[in-house]
Amino acid sequence: MVDHAQAATETPLRYTPLYDRHVALGARMVPFAGYSMPVQYEGIIAEHAHTRAAAGLFDVSHMGQAFLIGPDHDTTAAALERLVPADIRALGRGRQRYTQFLNPQGGILDDLMVSRSPDAADDGTLMLIVNAACKDDDFAHLEASLPAGVRLQRADDRALLALQGPKAVDVLVRLGADVADWPFMTASQATIAGIDCSVTRSGYTGEDGFEISVRNTNAVALWDALVADDDVKPIGLGARDSLRLEGGLCLYGHDIDQATTPVEANLLWSIQKRRREEGGFPGDHVIREQIANGAPRLRVGIRPEGRAPAREGTEILSRDGQPIGTVTSGGFGPTVNGPVAMGYVAAAHAAAGTPVTLMVRGKPLAAEVVALPFVPARFYRGR
Amino acid sequence: MAKFFTKDHEWLSVDGNVATVGITDYAQQQLGDVVFVELPEVGKAVTKGGEAAVVESVKAASEVYAPVSGTVTDVNAALAENPATVNEAPETEGWFVRIELSDEGELAELMDEAAYRAYVDTL
Repeated sequence: MVDHAQAATETPLRYTPLYDRHVALGARMVPFAGYSMPVQYEGIIAEHAHTRAAAGLFDVSHMGQAFLIGPDHDTTAAALERLVPADIRALGRGRQRYTQFLNPQGGILDDLMVSRSPDAADDGTLMLIVNAACKDDDFAHLEASLPAGVRLQRADDRALLALQGPKAVDVLVRLGADVADWPFMTASQATIAGIDCSVTRSGYTGEDGFEISVRNTNAVALWDALVADDDVKPIGLGARDSLRLEGGLCLYGHDIDQATTPVEANLLWSIQKRRREEGGFPGDHVIREQIANGAPRLRVGIRPEGRAPAREGTEILSRDGQPIGTVTSGGFGPTVNGPVAMGYVAAAHAAAGTPVTLMVRGKPLAAEVVALPFVPARFYRGR
Repeated sequence: MAKFFTKDHEWLSVDGNVATVGITDYAQQQLGDVVFVELPEVGKAVTKGGEAAVVESVKAASEVYAPVSGTVTDVNAALAENPATVNEAPETEGWFVRIELSDEGELAELMDEAAYRAYVDTL
């Protein structure tokens, strides 16, 4: 047993089933969303580059997993659709979809992935994956709104691993998983190194890859089998953040929160046509008005000139000096090999190519609004 | 040449009344990959404990405080092109600034190498 020495925090830290593995690999552990998590192993830039070139293995077991269980798909989908703007009813068997829990003003309470089993025997069950920091609130919010006959079952007995990068599919095939032909956002079962897993072809790096849900009791064996592959290296939260930022993907609590709507966040693609027309989700009046008339501000990519990164909270000015917005994520993009950022600007300034000024440590820094993502996505769309 | 250290993990190599200043190997390990260093202008007056430079890793920006008071006489311009030098050679080629001391008495408040290593061992 490892002695889980704890920092002097109010709430005791929690540990994923892979904590001992991270420590043995020399990871630097940091508190994150109440868990002790690896921020880096060999270094963020090397880990980032390895994920883009081969396959990176991430422990994301801190995230919330749960099953929503009802008598049939339409009933369960209708229960979830009361809280999210995606078309869940049209979600096919064996498919996954991205959506958001919304508040009555259309603000984002959390973002989540929803998947439907390929197996007809599981019809009426949806699997949800939510952010670690929000999971207790999310699940309480869900339970408070569920109709009779639909129940929430937390899956705290499950760990979550992500294998991301162009070699991820080869690694899983070598370990016996029949996943090569799955298109992006497939959700199904697979046996990896003899271990039964719930697997989706998705992730949060912009690369092809998989997220693998496994029983806690099998998590270490699965991790060991994956990390033993020559193409695989363990990757910490530091590179997870730089990868998702280059991928133009939102981090909850930074790029999206209760004060931002999916329309402002440029996530309109995740609200399908039927839901735009019918509404029936929290804040639908706000969101449909923004769809019709445009949102007052929009999330955009921002590329600072030169080498100096612009961090979260940096003020964005128009070139004539008027405040137009704020950076919500910013740092150094190892694949871009330069500073990259995302933020919100007034809609009039949101077109790609718009020159802006960032105030970094009291000094103006020239930058430009750019299209997202910074690094093109390489999802597998099928042959 | 005498070498001194601070609890903020800076080193100073003092030659005559000029101190070459950088961050220690411990500091660069804590920061991780350095991607940008903002250096002061030559001629700037710095005060002990005041901001002298900013070092940015992938994750965050950190201030580097002047360990002594004086005037900046030189900066390591090579860090603009190769900020990773701070990771590779933090206590040699990865130096940040040279400061002409205005009060050599301030050196007496700094640690020597043995005291600094002992301090790091307590962290």
